[in-house]
Amino acid sequence: MAMLGTRDVYGDTLVKLGAKNKDIVVLDADLSVSTRTAKFAEAYPERFFNMGIAEQDMISTAAGLATCGKIPFVSTFAVFLAGRAWDQVRQCVCYSEKNVKLVSTHAGITVGEDSATHQANEDIALMRILPNMTVICPADGIETARVIETVAMHKGPVYVRLARCKFPVIYDENYRFRIGKSDMIRDGSQATIIAIGIMVSHAIEAAKRLSEEGIDVRVINMSTVKPIDVKAIHKAALETGAIVTAEEHSIIGGLGSAVSEVIGESNIPCPIKRIGVKDCFGVSGKPEELLEKYCLGVKDIIEAAKDAIKRRSRPCPSA
Amino acid sequence: MSMETGSALINKEERVKMVEKEFDWDGLARDIRRDILRILTKAGSGHTGGSLSIVEILIALYFKKMRHRPDNPDWPDRDRFILSKGHGAPALYSVLARQGYFRLSELDSLRCLCGRLQGHPYCCNTPGVEISTGSLGQGLSVANGIAMAGKLDQRLYRVYALLGDGELQEGQVWEAAMTSAHYRLDNLCALIDYNKLQIDGPVCKIMGIEPVGEKWKAFGWAVRQIDGHSLDEIMDALDWAEREKGRPSMIICNTVKGKGVSFMENKVDYHGVAPTPRELELALAELSGGGDA
Repeated sequence: MAMLGTRDVYGDTLVKLGAKNKDIVVLDADLSVSTRTAKFAEAYPERFFNMGIAEQDMISTAAGLATCGKIPFVSTFAVFLAGRAWDQVRQCVCYSEKNVKLVSTHAGITVGEDSATHQANEDIALMRILPNMTVICPADGIETARVIETVAMHKGPVYVRLARCKFPVIYDENYRFRIGKSDMIRDGSQATIIAIGIMVSHAIEAAKRLSEEGIDVRVINMSTVKPIDVKAIHKAALETGAIVTAEEHSIIGGLGSAVSEVIGESNIPCPIKRIGVKDCFGVSGKPEELLEKYCLGVKDIIEAAKDAIKRRSRPCPSA
Repeated sequence: MSMETGSALINKEERVKMVEKEFDWDGLARDIRRDILRILTKAGSGHTGGSLSIVEILIALYFKKMRHRPDNPDWPDRDRFILSKGHGAPALYSVLARQGYFRLSELDSLRCLCGRLQGHPYCCNTPGVEISTGSLGQGLSVANGIAMAGKLDQRLYRVYALLGDGELQEGQVWEAAMTSAHYRLDNLCALIDYNKLQIDGPVCKIMGIEPVGEKWKAFGWAVRQIDGHSLDEIMDALDWAEREKGRPSMIICNTVKGKGVSFMENKVDYHGVAPTPRELELALAELSGGGDA
């Protein structure tokens, strides 16, 4: 399977957008080589600002640039962007409704060897709670390109969550992304796996293996976590009767919580099983080892789907 | 004098007087202080001391120095002002209203559910407010961003940021201080309302900031220390800052918390407390000099 780094695509897409739109400026906090904003810095040095290791200053500075009509893309690791500078994101960006694009890399447990200090498993929760914020987590490199192009045109604060490791490519160049619209990658009748980021490709693999066992599951890429695609969740609950959420993030406050909130406030009885980091900090290890240790693998999704199907209150609609 | 348009309060005749240096600036300062006290008392809460201490600074900026258009707050070439110490909002609101950004009568809705004037400046609904402030330490960074955009677009506007003295305890201020110097933002001028008091007590006892001038110099800034209640000294310093090339300027304004009301001056108790109706009466009586209504 072809692999593509979401951060690599981000860097390339920024350069392309920068050529067309002179209002785009980029800020980074001494991690431009890792976040790939260094490509933009090389192409348009006058529109790139390295802010040093000072994330709080970086966010507020970006808001200042936005007051003058600039479209700042602000990047660093997810743990610093969402965590270190949260109050600045809250007051200068969200409360002030400034057109700032926060694009984090190195989100989730797959940061790997750098250990818990650098593994952001809380960023979606931190960003999702902020009014006026849009939260997007692309599933592969192709979607990342579409997302970055889209948010550059979108007016308002956006948080985009990218990873350190390369993701399997699941889309082709014809893929179209719309903020707030999920994508059903595979239809199914007995359960729905709703996933984001790298977990989307895990979900596709899980669905394939489940079908070999005669279990027919739907797979949805919920790349926009906020505003979430309520219709698609209701439809999945109604038509398949069981939901599994899968994210490389804490099970608290992220995709699993968002989907549970939608179902909890609906009148559709539907068991939900959340796959995610279970309220703990990570450790050093290789990304694939960590995905297994924290139960984020394909086999974990398969077990969760079977469990959710078992817990449903009514028989499978069409099985 | 570079005021661009008319305002609710300042009429043509008065503008001519302003140019001719006959204008009653002391009277204006008293009017603004009375606005502050009146609306804080009506609201029943808010920050009295630190609003009264910045009146002359705001007059110098909005009535004398800054190029701005109250009837077109988004004018791209306007000079910008960021009230980083957002709790000074009552003073800013009075000045904005008296410049014509909104009606003077709207001041009465401060902190009311029915009005748009929030307890701390909110940029999305208040004309003339560039960014929301209140959580301290963020305004200088925002001002940097605006100054950087000005350089990028080769616009000639200047950017002013007013910080509290206690606010300097926020680490982000020093991140921003490095950025201003690193990017040689000579279109930026910051001012400190150095009234020596913060909510829990004297700044020097809570978390000392001295030697404050030396700190800013060490961070690469041009620094001046002045009397923050002398319009002449403030104007001199603002003109000096404009001549500074290649580095940002800091004007440390020595001020008196609660300035203008004898029983509030240098009293930490009036940091975050509104006057009672009785205190308002006494304060307004003290501020009734100068023959203005």
